[in-house]
Amino acid sequence: MSSNALQMQSARRERMRGYKDFIAKYAIGVGGLAVIGAVLLMMYFFFYQVAPLFSSATMEKLATYDRPGQAKTLMLAVDEYQDTALRITEDAKIVFFKAKTGELVETISLPVAEGVKVTSYHVLNNADGQVALGLSNGQLLLAEYGFDVSYIDGVRQIKPRFSYPLGETPMVMDAQGRALAHVSGRASGNSMVLVGSPKGAPIVEFKAFELKKAMFSDEVSLEQIASNQLSLAFVPDWLMVDGMTDWLYAIDTTGAMQVFSIRDVEAPKEYARVNTLPSEGSKTRQLTSVNFLLGGISLLLGEQSGQLTQWFPARDANNHYSFQPVRAFDEQTAPITDMAVEQRRKGFVLADASGYVGLYHATAHRLIGLDRVSSSAITNIAMSPRADGFLAEDQQGKMHLWRLENEHPEVSFEVLWQKVWYEGYEKPDYIWQSSSSASDFEPKFSLAPLAFGTLKAAFYAMLFAVPIAIMAAMFAGFFMAPKMRQAVKPTIELLEALPTVILGFLAGLWLAPYLEKHMPSFFLLMLLMPLMVFLFGYLWSRAPDMIRDRVPDGWQAALVIPVVILAVILSVWLDDPVEHWLFAGDMPMWLTNVAGINYDQRNALVVGIAMGLAVVPIIFSIAEDAIYNVPRHQVNGSLALGATPWQTMMGVVLPTASPGLFSATMIGLGRAVGETMIVLMATGNTAVMDIDVFNGLRTLSANIAVEMPESEVGSTHYRVLFLAALCLFMFTFFFNTIAETVRQRMLKRYGAL
Amino acid sequence: MLRTWMREGNHWVWFNAMAVAISLLAVVGLISFIVFKGMGHFWPKDIHAYTVQDGQGGTVQLIGELHRRGDRVEGNIKEGVTHIPQLLVKVGNRDIFGADFKWVDEHAIVQDITAKDLIMVERYEWGNMYGRLKSVTLGDGMTVTGDQAWDIFQQLIARHTELHKQIVRIQKYEIGAINAGVEQLRLDRRRLELDNELTEQAIAKLDEKRRQLDNDYQTLLAQMRQLEQTASALGKADIEIMNGSVVSLPINKVVESIMPNAMTITEKLGHYFHRIWVFLSDDPREANTEGGIFPAIFGTVTLVFIMTVFVMPFGVVAAVYLREYAKDGWITRAIRISVNNLAGVPSIVYGVFGLGFFVYVLGHNIDQLFYQEALPAPTFGTPGLLWAALTLALLTLPVVIVSTEEGLARVPRAIREGSLALGANKIETLWNTVLPIASPAIMTGLILAIARAAGEVAPLMLVGVVKLAPSLPVDAISPFVHLDRKIMHLGFHIHDVGFQSPNVEAAQPLVYATTFFLVLIIVALNISAITIRNRLRERFKSVDN
Repeated sequence: MSSNALQMQSARRERMRGYKDFIAKYAIGVGGLAVIGAVLLMMYFFFYQVAPLFSSATMEKLATYDRPGQAKTLMLAVDEYQDTALRITEDAKIVFFKAKTGELVETISLPVAEGVKVTSYHVLNNADGQVALGLSNGQLLLAEYGFDVSYIDGVRQIKPRFSYPLGETPMVMDAQGRALAHVSGRASGNSMVLVGSPKGAPIVEFKAFELKKAMFSDEVSLEQIASNQLSLAFVPDWLMVDGMTDWLYAIDTTGAMQVFSIRDVEAPKEYARVNTLPSEGSKTRQLTSVNFLLGGISLLLGEQSGQLTQWFPARDANNHYSFQPVRAFDEQTAPITDMAVEQRRKGFVLADASGYVGLYHATAHRLIGLDRVSSSAITNIAMSPRADGFLAEDQQGKMHLWRLENEHPEVSFEVLWQKVWYEGYEKPDYIWQSSSSASDFEPKFSLAPLAFGTLKAAFYAMLFAVPIAIMAAMFAGFFMAPKMRQAVKPTIELLEALPTVILGFLAGLWLAPYLEKHMPSFFLLMLLMPLMVFLFGYLWSRAPDMIRDRVPDGWQAALVIPVVILAVILSVWLDDPVEHWLFAGDMPMWLTNVAGINYDQRNALVVGIAMGLAVVPIIFSIAEDAIYNVPRHQVNGSLALGATPWQTMMGVVLPTASPGLFSATMIGLGRAVGETMIVLMATGNTAVMDIDVFNGLRTLSANIAVEMPESEVGSTHYRVLFLAALCLFMFTFFFNTIAETVRQRMLKRYGAL
Repeated sequence: MLRTWMREGNHWVWFNAMAVAISLLAVVGLISFIVFKGMGHFWPKDIHAYTVQDGQGGTVQLIGELHRRGDRVEGNIKEGVTHIPQLLVKVGNRDIFGADFKWVDEHAIVQDITAKDLIMVERYEWGNMYGRLKSVTLGDGMTVTGDQAWDIFQQLIARHTELHKQIVRIQKYEIGAINAGVEQLRLDRRRLELDNELTEQAIAKLDEKRRQLDNDYQTLLAQMRQLEQTASALGKADIEIMNGSVVSLPINKVVESIMPNAMTITEKLGHYFHRIWVFLSDDPREANTEGGIFPAIFGTVTLVFIMTVFVMPFGVVAAVYLREYAKDGWITRAIRISVNNLAGVPSIVYGVFGLGFFVYVLGHNIDQLFYQEALPAPTFGTPGLLWAALTLALLTLPVVIVSTEEGLARVPRAIREGSLALGANKIETLWNTVLPIASPAIMTGLILAIARAAGEVAPLMLVGVVKLAPSLPVDAISPFVHLDRKIMHLGFHIHDVGFQSPNVEAAQPLVYATTFFLVLIIVALNISAITIRNRLRERFKSVDN
């Protein structure tokens, strides 16, 4: 080979080496930066998942057109695809039309005599489209509207339907034939209640029926089981029967409300009278619109001033109901003219006299969107069943179809962190209850009890772990003989490697039942152990030198081990006598029955011990390092000046190492807060807010572990769980960063010393 | 004297020593407790025949193992209660008595004998049976009684075990492979349909393959039926149970049977190890409360192995960047903050991230792109092995980084400078000198990461670990490693069997045994990591000097 070729080859190799070096440099750089990328991605992803919870709704106009058909609209409804809508008019006609264009589809006449008008209506059931129509001849007609969906060649066809499954013949409500100014009713299970009130009369006709199924067909007929006439103190403007057919509310525009208990349909009786509009100074208040929220428990009362108040019956401990104003919404200023409620959530829309429509959520106590739909007053409004749009009619006979995008109205700061008054509860409270089988369930997303449980578990764990870990670190880092330290430190640190699922399992299935049986032994141990160690220490100092010299300095811990074991044996042995002597033989039973303290088998004490054990090695390890690394010359100086070892410890070592101890505690706290398996297995996972050591708890982390696999992707529940995870993430981020900063500073100081 | 002693703070020193003693005892006590409980499970326990007063003047007989002691409460809390000591006897025969266990008052026991002829029969269903062997009837109708019966019984059980193994093999592996083939054909067909390439020809070809598989299936099925028939024709054993009635037990329902009271210590010891082996190598039965934990061990090992593949390069590269390439500046600081926080973030948060990002975002998109034929059934858009491994890789990343960094820091400058002075460039120096020297540290990091991953449960509950996986993640069906499958895991097994099982009392010993093996694995991993680290430190102490 010529030298030229050799040179060329070597040059090529040099180039290759250069390339390799260059590529490696950048590849490794990318690898390093990817760590930051991973953390940022995690943070970004969490915020990205949580953000939709707090965004407002989008409201967007789709179409405006002239009202199809004649006569005044009593009621509006629209199908779930916002394809077809219907109007029930005063002149007993049902007008079906295309929701997006206003094109007339079909007009149906009600099966009533010539000249009879519809004077009132009430939607008995949103889901089935069941309506009660009050007629001008004192009769009441039950009907059902619906939109049948079919697909022809993959194209959706919607066919409107208006039927009378309970018969076409109207039933007589007012024997005198006066027009029915108000009707209401509700079907619940196999029974149905219908009420009506003739025009201008302070009475309510009350009828209860049983729904009879025919033997061989789907036909259902009504059989009257009770009929009553209730007299009122005023001429009502609204009659409302609640969702469980427990209550009948009669309300007039001045806000007077008379409540009847109709649980016993044969003898409905007056239960309460409430003034829903207490006067505020000279201002007169007037009700303008009333409706039920989903589920038929909460009444929504809309006022002249644009304010809306939610009321519901709250049951107290004696089973007595009181009718309470729960929360008010006062974002709108013009008189509320009509409202529509969502069919799957506790949301509603309010239409007012200046053409505004506001979108709200009741539990969240939150205005989600507000926009001007028309320049004139809106008279009727209907919401689509999926709550993704509404249809409004204004005074000038224009119809407005709007689209809504409103994924997560249920969450607000108030819902998450403050007391909320939920339907059926006696008073506002912090409650976590994310799901239920019922469709009209009010989800309760309070993170407060979970955050409380998290801190409670961490508190008891720290109460157990900090003294033991720090004191052990003090001994191991300062007093202990180096040889012993070499064996002790890795042994204690081995505990850190032990999977928490094992600690949780032992805590839940062994420690919890054990403590329930032998509760006093634990407290005895707390008392006996220090006492015995103290005595032993003193006696040791008085012991003859011959014995003392056998044990080298710094091996005290080894001497104490048998004492501690003895204390354990003694307290187990004394358990039964003490339990009989002080606690009538059974401490948990005694606590519950005599002391009145609720005792859960899997309680905070069990968690405190188990999680404390998990945290001890973490705190110990860092604290021991800090103490051990205190510069030797400082210690020697102190000892040379005549301070005892303990005085040196307190006066010199601890102050110097205190940042390290602080940092150790913070890191331990971070671990205790985020720990999942121990709390999952060693607590009852009950979301109660109670600091009592014998009560159970539920932490954020355990809650995520339990509920995350079942939650639907993208649902409010799913995002709230992400929020819980984000809280944990931020919390530990905060404490870790503090701990790290403090530790870095301490290391610098050690360097300076 | 006491005063001075206290003024000098000596009692505080003793209290500190007490804290050390508590910590030490906690560790040692905890581990010995687990060892004791876990290993005790396998020892063949004596079977007792208790004669117990029934409270109406008569007596009843209870046959079973003494499970544990307890007590019941009598009296009311106002006047004081007393605890009556009780025994919990495992009487078995769940199908006849309704429950495996019975409590008896200790003072009601009239007689307690451990007769030599009492036997325990472990069955494939309904748990154990305790009683006396009366006779064995062979398949041809011949009945054997007396001493010979026991030997024949054992022989029949051994024969059945053989047959059972063959049946399981056909059922699980061979028929399993055919089912996988059929599913693959369905997916192929769907794929062609989606691509608009489903021609007559293709259909014919697929149908041909399908026919072939069907034929194979029929052959195997016939084989299996044959075996099953042989198994059920082996015979039966008549066993007298504690209420005096005689139960006829077909041989093909029996896993094993022992006569513990008649066994010598050596026999017991042999059986003890046999049971441990069965526990480690068998599939679980009866909702995980009986049988073995093999799938859980296998799942855990596969999981940490795949995790290693991800975490290893990434962690080492990041550490090398921090120690060798990065200049001290805000980027390095940001990385250190990130590493620190990754180490401190609760593990459940990783689980949430894994579920939300890996499964629902990445997995969902992978399905849309590559596994459209299987939709709407998700392939990677559901928790599975890959996502569990990735989540754990993220979780253990700081462990690897910190440990590798420490190793790199201990490589003496002189070695690096020597290499550079000889003309090697940076990557060559790294690759040929620094990394080999630091490799024990990298190993330490890896072992610690594996130990951490093997014990982690909370995030895995969300991203792919299930209580009972139908098949192992690695098998003989292509592509051999099934990253999309759900797996079983030792830690989750403990949680699930201990807390979600319908028969916690019966399952508890098994959970202790599982716990013991998990602790064994983790302690072993940790001790080896510590040993390697210490050795490394020693080695470079001498280099430094």
